[in-house]
Order: sequence, then structure tokens, then C-alpha cells
Amino acid sequence: MEATLSAAELAKRHALGSVAPAETVKQAFARASEIRAGPQGLNALLSTDREAALGAADEVSRLHREGNRPRPLAGVPVVVKANIATLTMPTSCGSRILEHYVSPFESTVVTRLRAAGAIVIGKTNMDEFAMGSSTENSAFGPAKNPLDPTRVPGGSSGGSAACVAAGIVRIALGSETGGSVRQPASFCGVVGVKPTYGRVSRYGLVAFASSLDQVGVFGRTVDDAALGLGAIAGRDRYDSTSADVPVDDYRALADRDLEGVKIGRPREYFPESLDARIRDRCDASLELLRGLGATVRDVSLPHTELAIPTYYIIAPAEASSNLARFDGVRYGLRVNAPALRDMYERTRSEGFGPEVTRRILLGTYVLSAGYYDAYYRKAQEVRALIADDFRRVFDSGVNVLFTPTAPTPAFPLGTRSDPYDMYLSDIFTATANLAGIPALSLPVGRVDGMPVGGQVMASHFDEATLFRVAYALERALGEDAHR
Amino acid sequence: MSVTEDEVRHVATLARLGLDESRIPTIAAELNGILAHMEVLSKVDTSIVGPVTGVGAAGTPLRVDGGNQIPLARPREAFAPAMRDGLLLVPRLATHEDVDVETA
Repeated sequence: MEATLSAAELAKRHALGSVAPAETVKQAFARASEIRAGPQGLNALLSTDREAALGAADEVSRLHREGNRPRPLAGVPVVVKANIATLTMPTSCGSRILEHYVSPFESTVVTRLRAAGAIVIGKTNMDEFAMGSSTENSAFGPAKNPLDPTRVPGGSSGGSAACVAAGIVRIALGSETGGSVRQPASFCGVVGVKPTYGRVSRYGLVAFASSLDQVGVFGRTVDDAALGLGAIAGRDRYDSTSADVPVDDYRALADRDLEGVKIGRPREYFPESLDARIRDRCDASLELLRGLGATVRDVSLPHTELAIPTYYIIAPAEASSNLARFDGVRYGLRVNAPALRDMYERTRSEGFGPEVTRRILLGTYVLSAGYYDAYYRKAQEVRALIADDFRRVFDSGVNVLFTPTAPTPAFPLGTRSDPYDMYLSDIFTATANLAGIPALSLPVGRVDGMPVGGQVMASHFDEATLFRVAYALERALGEDAHR
Repeated sequence: MSVTEDEVRHVATLARLGLDESRIPTIAAELNGILAHMEVLSKVDTSIVGPVTGVGAAGTPLRVDGGNQIPLARPREAFAPAMRDGLLLVPRLATHEDVDVETA
């Protein structure tokens, strides 16, 4: 019975004592075992900590027995991506170079989840250092889509998305740099939210591209995602880029209609080349939203087509700097050599996989003398134009935008060998990271049996409206969201 | 613009990546393939905007120098390779004699 409960309802039952948190944790591990979530199966989970999870469950029970105030995620099992620091499992980032690295400090998001009563049961597979869109770039082998194990779960947070889709957990953490939560959410038929840049602390999130990175949340439903984000959002003194902006109650507008809400349909996200079935699913959702009282109008974000070239200059440039710290001295793998430079080079060459190596080289190239202005500076200027597109549309009175999340459903494993083809998976998602706005993907139907996600985007720090629209659409779609 | 094999070697040196010589032509071709898609940016008129380095209107936030004490789960000694007189000691570089057998 508990398998169908929302995270909020489950936490409530734990608090009431009608369900034992330890039983819930055991069920999560049983489900992981049943669907073979480990390396021999879906390869979604890289590590688990059953003993600590059961200990935490007992602690939740003890606190309730002693009359402590019920917590919003009391006893709710969660998994977190392997680039988010925890104290007891490796923060490997899906890389050989950090394979055995256990952080001496805990990320703020995990501290906050635990403070809300959640129980971290495992760390999830990911593209190495979050560089990828399929979770095929993991040093520990590809993760697989639980709906069809011959297909990718998306990426880079594919392991987290797969764990939610497979019913192991209701809530999972991932990270976003260009769509790494929303795209796997779309591929696996779950909800994924990327908050506003600065909404959630990055303390303890291993940096890929610092001006783009944000921790995101997966939920089996919109409510699960709203509950998870509410638990981790807000200013953190350990992250200077976290914003001192009040956190709304994202669940407060769950039952509201959409009277007065203005929705933009950006024409650049519905190009002629878009799969007609995906277009139809999204347009059908827009019709439902209109029926709920929203007004829908066409808008234009004219610099959208420049997002991928811009993103794939800025992100590798920042990565080339951030990943310089993995040099064999301070973290993880060290391959000895007679001289210091040789040690650096051998450690990094053996520790990093091909995609990470490619992006470090690309990033170093676009920052190097003679190319900085042509590539990096230019990309930063175009980024300003992309952000201006959104500002203009939201200033014109549009509250949210609605688009497809990804141009395709989940594709078969091993079918995207050209790097740029893979980069195009992020074509509808990277814009939100470049502009720093919040965005959410939720399932809006299936194509060839695989899920299709619809994306809602809002202006900075307006996650409340994002969730209001998502709740309403999820309710209106009902079972049609999954068929 | 196209990336030459010499430029790949130069960039690899800057990035402290030891590339096998046999991989250099492939990597040069891959980088050229990717950078060809970036050329579209050169045609965009950006004279009306300045570059942005972050996403917030207020720019990069600053904090008081000195920062916060980061709470560690274990004392520094527990995760440092070695300590002496309160200083962290990192592993010494290998000598020519032990390079083949010493890997971390």
C-alpha cells in the first residue's frame, strides 16, 4: 500500500506511527534489489549504506516517540547524485579520479534533507563530472532506463531519475548545468525541477561550471518535487552565490486553478523539425492549461538557436578551471611519476574519461591566448542576449513559458557517437541555465511507449508559479501523462 | 579557425593532460567538428551588450574576507595523508627507482 503514497503522506504516516520508517527503508532496498538497480542491472545506484539508513530510520522513530515536532520528510528515503557530498558514501562524480573519495564534509542540501527527516539510502550513477546527456559517460558503466533497459535514462543525473522511475524512492537529488535534471526526468517519466540560480546552496556540490550549476530535485509527482525543493531551498552562509530571497511554500498553490495566468508558447521551441508527436503532446497540454483558465499566446525568444554553441563554450571553459584541482595532490587518484608535471599529466590522463578530457581541452582552448575574444568573450555576450530574451517576455506580462523538455524521447544505448549530436539533447533546456531562471519538466504523455516531458519555465525566484502550473497540468492530465 | 595538432598538444600541456600521440589527430578532428558549430556566434551582433559572467543582475556576490569555519565531519588528521607540526604532508614524488611500482 505504501508504494503508492506521496512523500508527504508517507512522512505523515511515519509521524503518526502507522508506518515504521525502518519498514519503508527496507522496502526501498527490497525494491532496488527486485529491479536490480545495481551494477549488474540498471546500474542506477553506485553505492548504498543500508546500515546507516536503518539507523537513521530508528532515529526518526525515536524522535517521534519522544514527542518531537513532525518533520516534512520524516523517514522518507532519498537518493542523491554522486557529485553531492555525503559523509559515508563515495562522492565519485562517476569518475575514476574520485572513485574512492569520501568527503570530509557534508553538502548543505544533504544536511537540510536530513534535518527535514529524509534518509539518504544511496548515491546514484551519473555522467562523469556531470558531462553528458545519457549517463553513458560514467566510468562505472552506463545506467539504463527502467522503462526500457535498452535505452538511456538521460543524463547527466540519469541514475537519480531511474531510481525515482523504478519506484525505489519518491524523491532524489540531481544537479543541473544545462538540463541534467529536466532531460532525464523527461526520459524516465518523472518530475524534475531546476531552481533559480542561487535558490539552492551549491556547497558540497562538486563544481562543473559554477555560473550554471544548481542542485535540482526529482519527484515521482509534482508534490514530491515541491516538498523536496522546499526542504533544501534558501540562503546558505557557506555559498556566497546562494540568494537571500524568502522561500515560498511551493505546495500552497497545489489546488488553485490557472485563472489570470499568462502562458507563453515560444515558437523557437516548436521548430518544423520537431517530432510531430512531441509537438502534439505539448500542444494538447497547452489546451488543457487554457481550459484551466490560463491564457496562452505565442512568444519569441529569438536567440534560442545560439544556446547550444554558447553553452558548450562557457561550460567547458569553467570546467577546465574547476577540474584543475584534480591533480593527484589533494584528491583521489594519484599516479606517481619522476617529476611533478609528469605526475599531474599521468594522474589526469588516467583519471579522466574521454568526454571530460574533450571538454577540458575545449575549455582550455577557448580560454587560451588568441581565442579568448573570439569564443569565450563572444559567448558571454550572447549569453546576455539569451537572458534578455527571457527578461523581455516576462516583462511583457507572461508568467510562464511552456515547451517540450527534449527534442526526442529516450534513445537506445550506444546510438549517439558524435559529441555534438549528444549536445543537441540539451537544446530546450540549456537556455534556462544560461539565463538562471527556474524550470520544471513533468510527464505529458508517451511516444512509442516512452515518456515525453513538458517544460514549464518561470522568471527568477518564481518557483511558486512554476509549481502552480505544474500541479494544475498534472491534475488535468491524470493517467494520460503516462500513456 | 581550425585547431591544428600542434595546438592540441599545446592546449593539453596547459591543461596538464598527457595525451597519447596516437590520439592527437582524432582529438583535433573532434574539436574542429565541435568548434565549427560555434562559428555561428561570430555572426551575432553583440555591440549593444556587455559580457555577463553570472546570471544575477547584481553581479558576483561578495562576502567578508575570512569566511566561515567549514565544519568537518572528521579532524583534518583523519583524511590527511600525513601531518607534521600542524601542516599537511602530501605524498612525495616518486623517484626513478620506484615509479613503476608506486601508484596511489
